[in-house]
This record gives sequence, C-alpha cells and structure tokens, in this order.
Amino acid sequence: MNDDIVAQLTEINKRLGYIPRAEVEKLARELKIPAAKIFGAATFYSLFSVTPRGKHVVRFCEDAPCHVAGGRAVYDAIRAALQLEPGQTSADGAWTFEMTSCLGVCGVAPVLMVDDDVYGNVTPERVAEILTADR
Amino acid sequence: MPDQFYRSHILLCTDPECLAKGAQDIEDALVRALDAHGLRDEVDILETSRLGHCHTGPEIVVYPEGVSYINLTPDAITEIVSEHLLKGRIVQKYQFTAEVRKDEELRAPAAKEMRIIMARCGVIDPENIEDYIADEGYAALGKVMSEMSPRNVIDEILKSNLRGRGGAGFPAGRKWEFAANQKSETKFVICNADEGDPGAFMNRRLLEGDPHAVLEGMIIAGYAIGAHQGYIYCRAEYPIAVRTIRIAIRQARELSLLGKDIMGTGFDFDVELRIGAGAFVCGEETALMASIEGKRGEPRPRPPFPAVSGLWGKPTIINNVETLANIPNIIRRGADWFQTIGNEKNKGTKTFTLAGDVVRTGLIEVPLGITLGEVVFDVAGGIKDGRKFKAIQTGGPMGGCIPEQFLETPIDYENLGALGSIMGSGGLVVMDDTTCMVDIARFFMDFTQDESCGKCVPCRIGTRRILEILEKICKGDGEEGDIERLESLSKFIVAGSLCGLGQGAPNPVLTTIKYFRDEYEAHIREKKCAAKVCKGLISYRILDTCTGCMVCSRNCPSHAITGEKKQVHILNDDLCERCGICLTVCKFDAIVVE
Repeated sequence: MNDDIVAQLTEINKRLGYIPRAEVEKLARELKIPAAKIFGAATFYSLFSVTPRGKHVVRFCEDAPCHVAGGRAVYDAIRAALQLEPGQTSADGAWTFEMTSCLGVCGVAPVLMVDDDVYGNVTPERVAEILTADR
Repeated sequence: MPDQFYRSHILLCTDPECLAKGAQDIEDALVRALDAHGLRDEVDILETSRLGHCHTGPEIVVYPEGVSYINLTPDAITEIVSEHLLKGRIVQKYQFTAEVRKDEELRAPAAKEMRIIMARCGVIDPENIEDYIADEGYAALGKVMSEMSPRNVIDEILKSNLRGRGGAGFPAGRKWEFAANQKSETKFVICNADEGDPGAFMNRRLLEGDPHAVLEGMIIAGYAIGAHQGYIYCRAEYPIAVRTIRIAIRQARELSLLGKDIMGTGFDFDVELRIGAGAFVCGEETALMASIEGKRGEPRPRPPFPAVSGLWGKPTIINNVETLANIPNIIRRGADWFQTIGNEKNKGTKTFTLAGDVVRTGLIEVPLGITLGEVVFDVAGGIKDGRKFKAIQTGGPMGGCIPEQFLETPIDYENLGALGSIMGSGGLVVMDDTTCMVDIARFFMDFTQDESCGKCVPCRIGTRRILEILEKICKGDGEEGDIERLESLSKFIVAGSLCGLGQGAPNPVLTTIKYFRDEYEAHIREKKCAAKVCKGLISYRILDTCTGCMVCSRNCPSHAITGEKKQVHILNDDLCERCGICLTVCKFDAIVVE
C-alpha cells in the first residue's frame, strides 16, 4: 500500500506543473478513497496548484528576514518586471509569480527562486538580470 | 581497491546560501582548472555544509595547509589552482585572515559561542557515514545497545533535563516516559524537520551538516520507547537536507545501524523520510501527523497526546531535529556533563539563527542563559551600518518584539515567556531604528493569517481582523479605540485556538503595543510614521539638487516621475506608489521621504 498521498501529489505536481482534476479522480480510484479527501489535500499545501502554471515559476520570499533586508523593493521590482501580481500567470503562459514562505537561506536575504534555482542577495537592479537569464 | 591517496583536500561549502551565491560555478571551475593542470588524481574535492562565513561565500578550505579562501569567483579559482595547488604558493588576496575580518569590522569569531551540536558541521563530509563514525558517531548507540536498558536510557535523558528544542521546552525524557509506558505492539518516533519559522534554518544546517547525529538520536529514542518505525518529516523547501537524509538512511542501513537486527542485538528500527508540500502549520505535531497520514495538515485537540494516541492512533513521540541531535552527546558524555552547561532550569546549548540588521547574520550555538545583548553585540557584532538597536524578535512569527531595556534578559524558556515572547525554534530577527514596529506587527499578522489552517474560527477570522486593523493604521486611517480593539481581539484568539499558531499569533501585536505604544499612537493620532516606512503616511519629494540625469524617471514602475534632461524632475504624488526604487537608484541623494 502506498499511503504517502502527499508524495504522490508532489509527483503529479512536478510532472504536470499542477494537479488536474482528472489526476485527483484517478488517484482516488486507485487508493479507494473519496476524491474530495485528495482534493482537500491538493488545495491545502501551498506548493500544489490545481490550476495550470506558467513555464517558469518565480517565487519570492514573503517573510520577515527578507522584508527587513530590503525585500519590499525587490518585490516591487519583480511585479514591475513581470507585470504580474502574486498568484498570477502571464497571458503567454511563460511566467507565474508566487510568494513562498521562508526558504531558510536568510543569511543571504532577500531571496528569490526561479523554478528550482535560488538567488540570494537580490537587489531591485538584479531582478531583470535574473529574470532574463537563459533557462 | 586501495584507498586513493590525495595530496590536497579542498572543502567546498555547498550550503544553500553559498549555492545561491554561485558555489556550483566554483565547483565546475575547480574541476576544470584541476583537469587543465592534470591534478585531478592528486586533489580531492569534498562538498561540505557551511564552513563558517556564510556572508562571505562562496568559500573553500584547502588542506593540509588549512587555508580559507572567501568571496570566490571562477577566475579566482583558476588562480588559486595554478598558484596554490600547483606551485604551493598561498594566494593571499582571496585568503580569509584576521585582516579581512578587521576590514569588515567583525569581532573575533563569536567569542561566546559554544559548539556542541554543530561541532561536526562543515568539518565532516555529511554524505559519508565513516566520517561520522570516526568522530565517535554511533558510539552512543553502541553504548545503549550493549550496556543500557530502555529504562536506563529514559532515566539518563530525564536526569539531563533536556527540554524540547522545537519551541515549547517540554522535557524530552518525560515525553519518552509517557510513550514507553503505553502498552502497544506498534509505536512511532517522528523527527520534526518541518522547520517553517521565517528566519530559522538551524535544523536545515544540522541535517545538511551532520544527518547521522539525528538518525542516531532517533534510533536511541526508538529503543527507549519500544518503537520499530520512525519518520523524518522534512519540508520540501530544503532539497539539500532531503538529499543528505536519504543518503544517511541508506548508509546506516548498509552498516546494519538501521533496519533489522541493529548491531546484531535483535532490535529492529527503520526510518522513512516524508516530505511536506508547503504548509507552515504542519510543524505543529498533530498537524504533522495528519500530513504523514496523507490528510490536510490540520491540528486536532489534545488530549489525547501523541504519546498516547498519535500517528494512526498509535503511541508516538515527536521530537525536533535539534532535540534528537542532543541525545547521542548526552548518552556518550553523560547527563552530569550536560548539566554543567546552561543555567538553572535550562541545560545545554541552543542553536539560533540571526537575521536582520546585525553585522554577522547566520547560525550560532550558545549556552542557554546567555543574554539577548550578548548575542546581539558580542556574537553578532552589533548593529549594521552604525545604526541603533531598536528591537529583537525571538521565536519566529509567534514570538514577541523585545526592546532595548530588556537586553540583559537571559535567553531561556521562562524569561522570554515573561516578556510576552517565546523561545520558539530559535529564530532571532534584529531590527534597527529604521524599522516601524506597527509595520512589523502587520507583517507578522499577514504571515499568520495566511498560514492559519482555518480550523479554529478565532484564529482564522481573528487574525484577519487584526490584520485589517493594522493595515488601516498603516494606511493612515487609524482611529481612537483601535489599540484596545487589537488587545481584546488578541485575547479571544489566544483563548479560542487549538494549537500554538493561534495561541501565539497575537504575540507580535501585543508586544509591540506593550513596548512601542507611542508608535501606534503617532500613527493613529498624528498620522506619522517616525521610521518613514508606512506608505500611507509618507510621501517622496525631489529636491532642487536633482541633476536631471533621468535615472529615476526611467526606473519608476508607475511613471510618476517626469522631467527633461538636466532639469529638476517632478514627482506626481497621485501616481507614486512609494516603492522606493527612485530612492535606491538616485546617485545624488536628491530624493527624500517625508
């Protein structure tokens, strides 16, 4: 019995970028538990999305150590550069902008993540450079 | 195959902070340069966790000379390889010396620190179990298996007076005793590595730097309470810790230190890794168990306590990473030794993470009972940029902000509690005089209302109401009675919430009102933010000293600045979003905040 539902949802989220309804229902049939329970878990955890996300996901730390280290100016610079508010995906499907809770690398705050890459000591000026890097 | 003999060893810090500053490029450059000089078979590269100076990374240490190089770039590596490793000449300009430290106005490395739990971090290769064993690793497990009964183990931990490092400070031995007394075939040991407090990363560092110490603690805990299965619940935001744990579990199994018939004694204990998916509340023990069971990570009422009915209804102990890492030391060196560290009610050392406006941010380990002032000024080197200390926030988002007059307070569970704050997992955020305390309270409420799981109404709706009032005050719309409303709301939230999140959520608000009431009053009555932070209470103005370089107008995201080249620019206050970008890009200090 694979009871680790969170791990299975993580796998789907990673593979498809989000957790579609059909996958929830498939998992429910396999595990013989109500789809609502799985959907409940899928909507509870912030790393999961039940709506499609952009090709690249930009995550900015919203917590205090980044905030006091000049995070707000960086946050504004990201919003301006992407023309997105947190939670939004660009119309061309290239970018999603999300906030994340602490990534635990506060020694180099403010911190932002593009997909799986972490960038530290970010300044408003560096934002454009980070976002336009080849990936 | 005989062991490869290396002429030199390079320790490369691959802590996430150094990786964020380009440590991977450094490693690639090292490999390239060593290949180019044909030194690949003579020089070994070891990836370690933090070597000690995370603000000066990426860094390496070259042995046998023991030379530290800091602030590295790929070009610097090329030079170091051809000079130091090929010709044996130390490249002084990248070397970390006392001189560099003086330049950065750093004090001697953390004079009042005491490294016991973190002693191996950055010294051993965390991905090689033999390094751990060579430094007395698994000796405590050997002692437990050969000389001690489960009852002996619990007595030793009770005697040491070790208190849970997750935040509540509950005696670890008592927790174990409760679980040991339960009659059940199946019991569980859970290691809580869901370190979610903003600014706290001591558990990450420990798991990345010395994962076997935590595993050894878990196995001993399993033996003491009669459990055969353990879980490490680690948050998904820590990919490197996840990797080191996986490797540690595999290596321990290979040497029969984990799994069936441990050390040939007939005792079975295995550990499985579970990874979270981004939910702060899962650090709460009952929510964590729900998450392992695949449910929404929501807390439930206690009792029954996990020691009686925990994971899948079985007796379970949940210990923090740092609590478990203390166990091997206590067993090996004895409870009497542990008793000699700390103050009367608080024994041992505690790791803290320092963030915010101090000279030296990062991880420290100090004996419990050290004062807040000693940590801020002696260990962290004081406030950055010559500014003035304003407050220190302890215990993460559910902790309180402590002002200057209490800097002599010893850091322990009782004294921090008396000030309206908590020990928490050990995050310390230091704030200088440019910080607005109302804004900070708003900030923490934004966090807790976001992370509230929603189960308890006072927490779900109350934190939202508090946030709305604080936002109103920060916007300049505060009214008389708001402070009293915040206080009474806080009281209801504390009384009506099941878990530590709701019970602690009002702490930042209550402590800032208690110690910085004048700032709230200035915001509400005079519509003034002394720290010039709250956007609704400030405006930007361009001075006549503006040279008309146009940098600000080009960078302004809301197009609020207009003006011709070489003429004083004009700022349209209605369009201005007070983002502060103009302020940072202006080279002539011609923009002021009022």
